[in-house]
Amino acid sequence: MTEEIIIAGFGGQGVLSMGKILAYSGLMQGQEVSWMPSYGPEMRGGTSNVTVIISDERISSPILTKYDTAIILNQQSLDKFECMVKPGGTLLYDPNGITRHPERKDITIYKVAATQKATELGAVKVFNMMVLGSYLKIKPIVKMENVIKGLKKSIPARNHHLIPMNEQAIEIGMKEVEKV
Amino acid sequence: MEKELRLMKGNEAVAEAAIRSGADAYFGYPITPQSEVIEYLMAQEPHKRTGMVVLQAESEVAAINMIYGAAACGKMAMTSSSSPGISLKQEGISYIAGAELPCLIMNCVRGGPGLGTIQPAQSDYFQSTKGGGHGDYRLVVLAPASVQEMYDFVEIGFDLSFKYRNPVMILADGIIGQMMEKVEIGPQKERRTMEQLIKQCPWATVGKPATRERNIITSLDLVASRQEAFNLKLVKKYEEIKEKEVRFELINCDDAEYIIVAYGSSARLSMKAMDLLRAKGIKTGIVRPITLFPFPSKVLFDLADRVKGFLTVEMSTGQMVEDVRLAVQFKKPVEHYGRVGGVIPSPEEIVNALEQKIIGG
Amino acid sequence: MAEITIKDIIKEENLVYKKSKVLTNNTMSYCPGCGHGTAHRLIAEVIEEMDIQSQTVGVCPVGCSVLMYNFLDLDMQQAAHGRAPALATAIKRLMPEKFVFTYQGDGDLAAIGTAETIHACNRGENITIIFVNNGIYGMTGGQMAPTTLKGMPASTCPYGRDIEMMGNPLKMTELVAQLAGTYYVTRQSVHSPVNVRRAKKAIRQAFENQKLKRGVSFVEIVSNCNSGWKLPPVKANEWMVENMFPFYPLGDIKVEGQLVTK
Repeated sequence: MTEEIIIAGFGGQGVLSMGKILAYSGLMQGQEVSWMPSYGPEMRGGTSNVTVIISDERISSPILTKYDTAIILNQQSLDKFECMVKPGGTLLYDPNGITRHPERKDITIYKVAATQKATELGAVKVFNMMVLGSYLKIKPIVKMENVIKGLKKSIPARNHHLIPMNEQAIEIGMKEVEKV
Repeated sequence: MEKELRLMKGNEAVAEAAIRSGADAYFGYPITPQSEVIEYLMAQEPHKRTGMVVLQAESEVAAINMIYGAAACGKMAMTSSSSPGISLKQEGISYIAGAELPCLIMNCVRGGPGLGTIQPAQSDYFQSTKGGGHGDYRLVVLAPASVQEMYDFVEIGFDLSFKYRNPVMILADGIIGQMMEKVEIGPQKERRTMEQLIKQCPWATVGKPATRERNIITSLDLVASRQEAFNLKLVKKYEEIKEKEVRFELINCDDAEYIIVAYGSSARLSMKAMDLLRAKGIKTGIVRPITLFPFPSKVLFDLADRVKGFLTVEMSTGQMVEDVRLAVQFKKPVEHYGRVGGVIPSPEEIVNALEQKIIGG
Repeated sequence: MAEITIKDIIKEENLVYKKSKVLTNNTMSYCPGCGHGTAHRLIAEVIEEMDIQSQTVGVCPVGCSVLMYNFLDLDMQQAAHGRAPALATAIKRLMPEKFVFTYQGDGDLAAIGTAETIHACNRGENITIIFVNNGIYGMTGGQMAPTTLKGMPASTCPYGRDIEMMGNPLKMTELVAQLAGTYYVTRQSVHSPVNVRRAKKAIRQAFENQKLKRGVSFVEIVSNCNSGWKLPPVKANEWMVENMFPFYPLGDIKVEGQLVTK
């Protein structure tokens, strides 16, 4: 199994940390993982993306032009990455702020209104965990127990009391996701 | 004991490895894309963990000269920077090579020349492998292609630098420095005691006891014949390094008709290209030089007898390709493909380049 | 009365001066009349008197004193031009119990090594910096230094230093005295017996201060360069007294971390 994922959105949406938790979850269940961010000044307030690869085998290139799954959190990222999903691949997006929705017919498209839900619940800080939950519902490549282990590794010990909240957010994301 | 696995950035792995390998000191100056090295070290407070000294210097120039001062005391000292900062360090690196001091330097390469870009590149190959500063000298150059190798090469680099009393460079790039991968963390090694240091480095300037002559660390000799003898001594050392320390990885070379030669992150990109080429029935292998100096010339020379051609993939306008051509000695075609200025070649581009420049060429 | 032979004179009880054991037997390479030899001797005597030869690491500069390691029987490192304070920073931080000093000329310390000097002083490294200022580049053949006086000729300002064109002479010692990291800053000379005694006292103080761990001790020695100045040794000293001392006045500038008010 090799899963090649791009996660893209605005800086501040938790794109990089979502990728890190996902990669750490893969690591905790004994898989090979890589996490390659875009870096530089564009991260501050601009767009941000990270390529995460989880595989049973040695990972070749950490940077890709075609992805099994794209997780898209803003319009610019949708415009950029929709065409880079492999035929038969998966696109998950949050429709918040999206005016031109994905159009491809040869991929499976899912959406989750995570921004809206997180705002309703007053839980904007765990917005990215809702999206992660939606992804894991579609592609359960890592077991929940390993996601919790990944969370523990990714979050500083002083914030470990927030893990149950993150776990709840993942569960909400799993429920809210729908196929388009 | 269960092995400790962590998800780390390449830059963080280098920093943790420095602490774990029992390094005495790190001196550096921030520059993108490698500032995580000193940030990680400062956050870890290694002066509390192992007594390791970490200091943010006023410049790369000062940092490398702090390395000189530390290394001249027989201490395990390390610095890191990225291309423009490494250019600033060249004076000090030349003096360190000339004084035959051990130290470790990590270059997380970004595009140039000048201030260039903060995005990844491999355009410092010539600078790293052919000397870099003034005078006839060489660094041992290790090229990691994964975060695990970033970690592992710190201890290997220190060992080589003390074995040969020569500066060692880890030549990484913005991709290897910034990406996170699984890293197996080794045990904490004790820092050497002063007694162990003096035993290992009898030349160290740690204060002259009555029992020995004074130790002098210098790269100066105003007598031409003596300086020449010293230069020839260095040559002998480099020849020994070429004989004993060549490292490389062969990937699918046994049945290969075409060889991609690539180091560091380009090797990773090329592995993907190799999979795509093999899916098309084009038998491709990869020679990944792990030491860039000494360069794995012999394996390329030998492979040239049974393959049809070589493509070097570098994020430069063609630097390592010169060493590959020297190794292959016109036995088979050698072509170069690269993207530069912080642009990363895609695996598909590498496939096209091999098809057009080597198979079609 | 038997004739007195030289053997009768060379006796321990008749000795008025003895070479410090911290000096080697190598002949110094300095021009006759140069202040470097005296400055070296004072450092050697201080180290011998403090009995810290085995605990001292020195850093030589680039310039006339580049070969200082030939003359002092100490573990020494030879630094790139201007970088001695960076080396000393590392040595002292890695071996805080050792005595660490740099010995630097005006081109080394006040031109190419300005950043290293300022920042080592500002960090308050517990080291001793000996700064020999003769207002000229000696080793390379008498070029203008940052400390060359207004109107003073040198091979790169043959008609005298033109302030408009070449800028002002730099008072590095007054400058580092302003920094919080310096503990003791003084300016001395070695051209007369009384000045030699004062300079030795200052160097001793500068080494003793390392035990206190309160920051940099900085000793400037205003010196001559009769070759570069193109003057006979005695004349060179007279010229120094008349021209250098008014601009670079001798005396303590900072003592125990406090600026001296005059």
